[in-house]
Amino acid sequence: MGFLCNWCSYAGADLAGVSRIQYPTNIRIIRVMCSGRVDPTFVVDAFLHGIDGVLVLGCHLGDCHYITGNYEAEIKMSSLSKLLNIVKFSDRMQLDWVSAAEGNRFAQIVSEFTKHIQELGPSPIKENKTKTQCIDDLEAVKSVLESSRLRGLIARQRDLVTEKNVYGNQIPAEKFENLLNDAIYNEFVRHKIVIKIKEIGKSVPDIANEIGIKAKEVLEHIVVLRSRGLVDVHEINEEIPTFISIRGG
Amino acid sequence: MSSEDIRIGVFICHCGTNIGGVLDVPSLTDYARSLPNVTYSADNLYTCSEVGLTEIKENIKEHELNRVIVASCSPRTHEPLFRAICQEAGLNPYLFEMVNIRDQDSWVHMKEPEKGTDKARDLIRMSVYKAALLEPLERVKVAVTHSAFIIGGGIAGMTAALNLGNQGFKIFLIEKEPELGGLLNSLNKVFPSNEDASKLLEIIDMIESHDNIKLYKSSVIENITGFVGNYNVVIKQNKKTINIDAGVIIVATGAIPLSPEGYFGYDKKKIISQLDLERLLKDDQVKANNITMILCVGCRNEERRYCSNICCMSAIKNAMLLIEKNPNTHITILFRDIQAAGTDYEKYYRRAREMGILFIKYLPEKPPIIKKDLVDVYSDLLNQDIKIPQDLVVLSTPLIANEDSEVLAKMLKVPLEENNFFLEAHVKLRPVDFATDGVYVCGSAHWPADIAESTSQANAAASRASIILWKDQLEVEGSTAEVKTELCIGCEACIRICPYSAITKDEETDTAIVNKVVCKGCGLCGASCPKNAIIIHHFTSDQIRAEIFTYGGEI
Repeated sequence: MGFLCNWCSYAGADLAGVSRIQYPTNIRIIRVMCSGRVDPTFVVDAFLHGIDGVLVLGCHLGDCHYITGNYEAEIKMSSLSKLLNIVKFSDRMQLDWVSAAEGNRFAQIVSEFTKHIQELGPSPIKENKTKTQCIDDLEAVKSVLESSRLRGLIARQRDLVTEKNVYGNQIPAEKFENLLNDAIYNEFVRHKIVIKIKEIGKSVPDIANEIGIKAKEVLEHIVVLRSRGLVDVHEINEEIPTFISIRGG
Repeated sequence: MSSEDIRIGVFICHCGTNIGGVLDVPSLTDYARSLPNVTYSADNLYTCSEVGLTEIKENIKEHELNRVIVASCSPRTHEPLFRAICQEAGLNPYLFEMVNIRDQDSWVHMKEPEKGTDKARDLIRMSVYKAALLEPLERVKVAVTHSAFIIGGGIAGMTAALNLGNQGFKIFLIEKEPELGGLLNSLNKVFPSNEDASKLLEIIDMIESHDNIKLYKSSVIENITGFVGNYNVVIKQNKKTINIDAGVIIVATGAIPLSPEGYFGYDKKKIISQLDLERLLKDDQVKANNITMILCVGCRNEERRYCSNICCMSAIKNAMLLIEKNPNTHITILFRDIQAAGTDYEKYYRRAREMGILFIKYLPEKPPIIKKDLVDVYSDLLNQDIKIPQDLVVLSTPLIANEDSEVLAKMLKVPLEENNFFLEAHVKLRPVDFATDGVYVCGSAHWPADIAESTSQANAAASRASIILWKDQLEVEGSTAEVKTELCIGCEACIRICPYSAITKDEETDTAIVNKVVCKGCGLCGASCPKNAIIIHHFTSDQIRAEIFTYGGEI
């Protein structure tokens, strides 16, 4: 599946047609006005619906019809890619730039990406063995991307690192990057915990075991999630508490 | 509107054999009919023909269609036409949706008709599901400033200025040099009529004395803001800042000749450029009997792949002028290919041959070698080296894009092609328009053009611009962003992200509001809003998700 901006990449795809450049039939194109319109959750939705690979194509940096749209796309897709990397889906998504004059480049990107996806094979979400795990992972990614916490951070990224705040301070790009990376990872684990204890109450060691992280880490996240009112104590069995999601995730 | 009320009509175009020759259009038509909410489907030989369009209109009425889908070429070229037809039939134009099964399917999968048809089936299905969620939208109306801002005082810019000025519009013409005329100032005579360039420059007087044309010479552009019908340009003239309001902008910045520095030992004395020769001819200072001209110097190579279009004819012109002046002159033109398309130009070329000008084709891998009194060249035709006596060598170099094109393109938000010439909206359908409404291009800013081409493009650009200038108000695209006030938390993320400053904060409610006239519908704000409080009309999250879900299906 490909998300193409109307002005450059979609026009580039049209030019490939006018020039009769042949490429694989696997791609289905969704036209958007700007690559910056592509909400990262669209990409996750595509994976959740069994699509094997997603291309997001915009104008070359600096050439965006909407001036800064593709920079925003780059920021959004970079955070998305970090999240997808945790759940091993990041190599099924590619952000690239194609101008209205680059019919050849468009066909080449589609051909190479198709080959790349064919080498990776069908999405693991379509295999019985890995299906549940994939759905849990991707749902967690999606809920992180839907959370106003991360969206707010992503939306302000360019602004925060390029301009001074009201106190005249500017956040260094590197510092922001670390902050964002931590936020992405922590939020992902938290959302995953919420999904794991959606229906059945589970103890901290059990959750830690299921997700594959240390019990201490789980406990820290549970404390945060409790303070946000997302998780509560379910019951206490032989002095070991179990926790459950409230508000249904 | 509940889903039971949705009546979709799907029209599938054969485009002659362009689509029908590859994809199985009848089966696609049957397939479309089987999809939910589709009331009617049909195939046409050419949906965009009078017959096809009438059929859409009639079926909207007959079958009470409230959504129309056309599966054919690209919405980038044909959506406006089909939308207008829907509107004529009383259907809101935003209830129209287009599927690209030609440019992005039949043309690129010519050898895989079955897979191509499968792809078209998916694309039509995605579109049907999206169409069910489309909403009617209204276009906002804005007033138009009846003036034009024209950038560049060469022949193209002056012709456009005169055209629009004579129609009665106020023109602001800006030129960075102290004088009007551009490249024409450095020419002697012009082909194919061989009249004096100065005769064409008489237009300068008409421009300078025109009541409707305000001239800004030695001026530069500082900033451009606004939108179709309402542009604001800030220019600087002698440290003075001037604000100009204009409804349209025409780019006529021309191009510059590449200096042959570094090619064939260019020394401006014995080895000169074609432009140097123009000056010598003008002053009647040519003192040579054996002249060799080399074409395609510095172009059609790795660095500049393009043909500069005008050099063949200007070399032929100067060769003929030299012989007319002194019939004993021997002239050899070393060429790679001769571009002389068009009746007059072909005749011109033949006349040059009849006059005894020698044309020798050289190969780029075996370029001519200039020696003291000779030019050594390998002729592919004769399969041998030829030695030509010379006392003057003239090099034809291409026109290249202006250095400031990039800056101007960014200010105007219009694209450049790979050689930094301005890129039009569509090579055939919109050759002098940009994708950005109200901005046009003509002359060598777009591509090396001779005078006839420059003036016809300038008149074309002026005529396109006048479509806007004659209107009192314009309808602005209805697919814009809208804030759901009840969800907005006033975080201002959208205000900072919007490239057009179209979003402001309503101090009373502490929520964001969108100026629909300024909004371009790019969707950046919607994709970023922490609370998902912004609807991007016509590309709503629900509509896009419908396309994703329809293609992906359930796992």
